[in-house]
Amino acid sequence: MIKTDVVIIGAGPTGLFCAHQLGIIGLKCEIVDNLDKIGGQCIELYPDKPIYDIPAVPECTGEELTNNLIKQIKPFNFNFHLNDRVQELSKENESWIVKTSNGKEFNTPNVVIAGGVGSFEPRKFPTKSAEKFDGKTVLYSIKDKSIFKDKSVAIFGGGDSALDWAIELSSTSKVSLIHRRDEFRGAPASVQKIKELSENKKIDLFTKYSIKDVKGNGSLEEVEIKSEDGESKTLKTDYVLGFFGLIMQLGPIAEWGLNLDKKTIPVNTENFETNKKGIFAIGDICTYPGKLKLILSGFHEGALAARGCFKHARPNEKYRFEFTTASNTIKDRLGVK
Amino acid sequence: MAKIKYIEHNGKEHIVEVQNGLTVMEGAVQNDIPGIDADCGGSMSCATCHVYVKEDWYDKLPKKEMGEDDMLDQAYEPNSSSRLSCQIMVSDDLDGLSVYMPEKQV
Repeated sequence: MIKTDVVIIGAGPTGLFCAHQLGIIGLKCEIVDNLDKIGGQCIELYPDKPIYDIPAVPECTGEELTNNLIKQIKPFNFNFHLNDRVQELSKENESWIVKTSNGKEFNTPNVVIAGGVGSFEPRKFPTKSAEKFDGKTVLYSIKDKSIFKDKSVAIFGGGDSALDWAIELSSTSKVSLIHRRDEFRGAPASVQKIKELSENKKIDLFTKYSIKDVKGNGSLEEVEIKSEDGESKTLKTDYVLGFFGLIMQLGPIAEWGLNLDKKTIPVNTENFETNKKGIFAIGDICTYPGKLKLILSGFHEGALAARGCFKHARPNEKYRFEFTTASNTIKDRLGVK
Repeated sequence: MAKIKYIEHNGKEHIVEVQNGLTVMEGAVQNDIPGIDADCGGSMSCATCHVYVKEDWYDKLPKKEMGEDDMLDQAYEPNSSSRLSCQIMVSDDLDGLSVYMPEKQV
């Protein structure tokens, strides 16, 4: 059990800046994110897209913004728990017990939900029949590529993940690559390589096809694909892999007894607390009259939520407002003279 | 201003007037029409405002820009009549447009 002042759910820009504000006012926090890297949507959806509306930063990419925020909170040495998702929240006296999918447990007076539009999950095949093979022979990510050796693998998708794995596995497996259109969105070099492999019969390429059905008695035997004009083909296969990017799902957050408005959490604008004491929501996931889904709004919300957390974490102390330019205490925390 | 018909997957129709300059996605969200999620808020970074547009209208719409098809690859059951509704700007020319929602967005 890890005891801390605040658990932040979500390592996007809002969660990161909230961590900064907590560090400035002398609180400790632990940050949990379902992705394998820090940065949230900025890193997952648009690492290379320029952002033009960060105050005093005329232009920066999602990746640059993330790197700067990481640098900004470095003095505080907060722990990140990546590839992990908060599953359960329960109340124990004045504390919240937070449990994650990897089995970690936190004891904290405050939880700040900075979860964007929820956690990122792989988009799955629409076909119902794929579900019974899910995680066994129908996969959306690869942990151990050796299982595909000398097997038939049907890969669906047109982005870098699909192309990279088709190229990688083509040397040891019988690979079919299936994509819904002729163009691929992967890197030009990978697209070129795929075309070469297809011409040399190293992979079977099916464009303008999508999945129709997967079949098998007990274990997976074949996958049926269809073209838009209704023509079907059946491919014998041992594995089916789908790479259709990630979708965002609210997930377990919906089950914590918080008031919800569509997929967002109503908060008060004084400290961004939800209907539950000690649970705060900031960034895209919170809602209030006038809410703007801007990164800069998330920063403001995080700063106020941090002060809200102070009250619960230090009930016997009075919070004193200080400027970073003038306060020696803050300079100590930042490790600057 | 254009009258736009949003048709849910179950056939339920919603007809609303949408101001010029808004997108078809915004027209749905602002009028609380179910079936269009628009998780990323219109930055063409997700595919949860996916709609189908029948041929008669598909060719009249402004063409897809770079990147829209890439996002549509990640939509639920895309086909050749798929569009991202956040990329369709409303103008008088779109008066009478019908868009069909997929069974689900995610």
